[in-house]
Amino acid sequence: MSKLRRKIYITAGYNTISMGTGRKEFNPKKERAGLEDYIKEAGMGVLNQVGGGKLIDECVISNFMAARYNRQANLAAFFPMIDESLRYKPAIRVEGACGSGGLAIATAIKSILAETADVVLALGVEVQNTVKAVYGADILAGAGWSKKRKNGHAHFFPGQFSDRAGVYYQKYGKEYARKAYSRWFGNMIDNARLCPTAQEHHNTMANPAETHFKAEPNGKFFVDHLNVFDCSKVSDGASAILVCSEEGLKKLGVDKKNAVEIISFAQVADDITKDPENPVELTTVKTAVHWALQSASLTINDIATAEIHDCFTAAAVLAVEALGLAEPGKGAQYIIDGNTARTGSFPMNTTGGLIGWGHPVGATGIHMAVTILEQFTGKAGKAQITIPANKPYGMTVNMGGDDRTLTAIVYKKAE
Amino acid sequence: MNYTDRLQNVSVLGAAGKMGSGILLLTAVEMADLKLLPENKDKQFVLNAIDVSPSGLQGLMKYLKTQVLKIAEKKISWLREIYASRADLVENGEIIEEYVFEVLSLVQPTSRIEAAYGSTVIFEAIKEDPTLKVTIFSNIDKNNSNKPWFFTNTSSIPIGNLNKDAALEGRVIGFHFYNPPAVQKLVELIKADKTIPELVEFARQYAKKLKKVVVDSNDFAGFIGNGHFMRDALHGIGEVEKLSEEMPFIEAVYMINKITQDYLVRPMGIFQLIDYVGIDVCQYILSVMDPYFPNEELHSKLLDILLQNGVKGGQNADGSQKDGFLKYEKGAPVAVFDFKDKTYHTITAFKENCDKRLGSMPTAFQPWKVIMKDSNKTASLSQYFKELKGMDSLGAKLAKTYHQRSLTIGLQLVKDGVAHSNEDVNTVMLTGFFHSFGPINDFMTS
Repeated sequence: MSKLRRKIYITAGYNTISMGTGRKEFNPKKERAGLEDYIKEAGMGVLNQVGGGKLIDECVISNFMAARYNRQANLAAFFPMIDESLRYKPAIRVEGACGSGGLAIATAIKSILAETADVVLALGVEVQNTVKAVYGADILAGAGWSKKRKNGHAHFFPGQFSDRAGVYYQKYGKEYARKAYSRWFGNMIDNARLCPTAQEHHNTMANPAETHFKAEPNGKFFVDHLNVFDCSKVSDGASAILVCSEEGLKKLGVDKKNAVEIISFAQVADDITKDPENPVELTTVKTAVHWALQSASLTINDIATAEIHDCFTAAAVLAVEALGLAEPGKGAQYIIDGNTARTGSFPMNTTGGLIGWGHPVGATGIHMAVTILEQFTGKAGKAQITIPANKPYGMTVNMGGDDRTLTAIVYKKAE
Repeated sequence: MNYTDRLQNVSVLGAAGKMGSGILLLTAVEMADLKLLPENKDKQFVLNAIDVSPSGLQGLMKYLKTQVLKIAEKKISWLREIYASRADLVENGEIIEEYVFEVLSLVQPTSRIEAAYGSTVIFEAIKEDPTLKVTIFSNIDKNNSNKPWFFTNTSSIPIGNLNKDAALEGRVIGFHFYNPPAVQKLVELIKADKTIPELVEFARQYAKKLKKVVVDSNDFAGFIGNGHFMRDALHGIGEVEKLSEEMPFIEAVYMINKITQDYLVRPMGIFQLIDYVGIDVCQYILSVMDPYFPNEELHSKLLDILLQNGVKGGQNADGSQKDGFLKYEKGAPVAVFDFKDKTYHTITAFKENCDKRLGSMPTAFQPWKVIMKDSNKTASLSQYFKELKGMDSLGAKLAKTYHQRSLTIGLQLVKDGVAHSNEDVNTVMLTGFFHSFGPINDFMTS
């Protein structure tokens, strides 16, 4: 991966509420906002910050499985619904399972680099609460190889990461690993409570980490090595952001203090038909992070905060190791020691991540970028962390499937 | 004949009724689960859903489909294992759909009693009429060469009498589900003197497979559940009659209903419970029990009067509550029936006055819903009753009398040999009636 040939920025981010169990206003028995409502809200949320859609050159929408959740395909054609000025403009839909949002930003970056656009609207959406979890598991299983579904767990993806967790327990100790999962869960709830759009914003648990730790995984009711708190929730939501060139920012009249620079990115994929080479390593995450940092001529120690893909607590521990913050087997200790907490040495997922903020699959990668934008422009509200002056860098790592489709992006406070 | 073989051909009588449909559902699922085991793949399973109402049977099939779907969704992990060899079934949705089909295809709805002539197990959930039950049992038994085993869902008729009158040679057992059978965990198991041990053993195994809590009751009319409920209800009616001497009837009904629901921390007041069961059903159960207890008068003139006025309670086909002692809106009581002017009177018109007369509730009071979720339920109730004990208001007096009567009924059931133990009485009231505490307790004495 080489250095980017143009300066790239993100600005004008917007997140809808991540709706689902946990939110007070969520009632599965009542009619709720649909796919188009979320697209419209997120799209308008961005466009209202820049005076409408006239200056948008291209649009990218990321989504995983609206065709099954919502009986809807051809999603790119929803952009003109957001704003009439988007009619007849280039629009494309991208899909890479839970990594779809990352692909939307990567696609936008490429358009800017190709000089076919100066301002790209990237919008991610997923509306999953249309089906019960037992059927949602079938849909989400599409993020893995279809040939593996038959012998997979009823709850397919929790099953995949439960298997990884089982090996981690065996290798490094179950209690040790579960302590880290509990701490991670607690951190995510703490962070989500500070973010009004987070699914766990209303969480009232007296001691989330303790509640997590007491809930022993039970394969009879769920999966062998994870409990329900180890998993991100089923969510409805959308996130959107503008990806711009320097000229694009100027055209929009956006001051750089309201933007964040993307200084490198790595978008890589691995063979979906193969099992993980090493169940206790996220090899593709490791590769993408490596390329993104190398391309930015940085090391992980230069990064102030990261949004990582904690679809499961077990994935968070492995991601910490894949980022190079801890040796194999030491990621759990890194989390237990509080490094990833919002007051720690390397705050992660400062608005709750997938476990606390929510995981509207196709929107997640964009939500990560919006969080980094908010943190580096001082607009994270109560969730704001302090970015040290000597570490003006952030990172997002968005993963599709079981470590298959990855986008890692490195950001810098705009100057 | 082993457990599985015994369940290969089963009939449910009264299958479209409130109780029958639940029994049919649970049995259909149990039979389908047996059929799906590899060792049973060549065996045929038939479940006859017998009911006099063809339209009821149509409704039954819709109910079954909805309920089996929910059951299948909950046991998807097991189903994936069971269907592991079926390459065509990949997704949870496909597996669930196949299972629902499997269960429904066992069920043969019919209005013809002859269908039961080939069964080895007969579940009966028809009207609580001893003569009718005996006639049907006897008819099936004479025409069925399998010497079938009879499970009766009677809540009041002594099993020994059914055995003797229908000449069943000990092939009958009381297996009393609580309403709704698919949800309620409790089953009262009543064996007659002559009930054969193999049948008892089978019944226990079946209950265990259905994950039911079994309480053995001796063979006395009304058993434990109705033994307590009917006497408890008669006490409530008696209290209303007494209070009516000094206040309007409707206000007395409101007060005693409140005493039983709030002061005794139960899920519903006694008159709401009578309406839920059905005033006609309660009257019938009392009439069945009465002859067996010569020292008691198990009869209520008030129930007779209400029924003469066409006030019956019970539920509509959609499960909503019919009006009885009380009139309901969205399941909540809003008015009380006055048999003198034959109209319902809105509760809000007299509630405040009645509540004032009853006096304030103990400060430690918590509604039933809250108490049931309280991890220190016993301590909270102890505190509540301790306070109640020291109070002298009309409400407190009525509640203390009611509480004492409930305790006396419970102890009498054990003394009379209906229940084997205090614990069994409490289990029935806690599990079958969802009381927050068993009637046999020391809250008022300690």
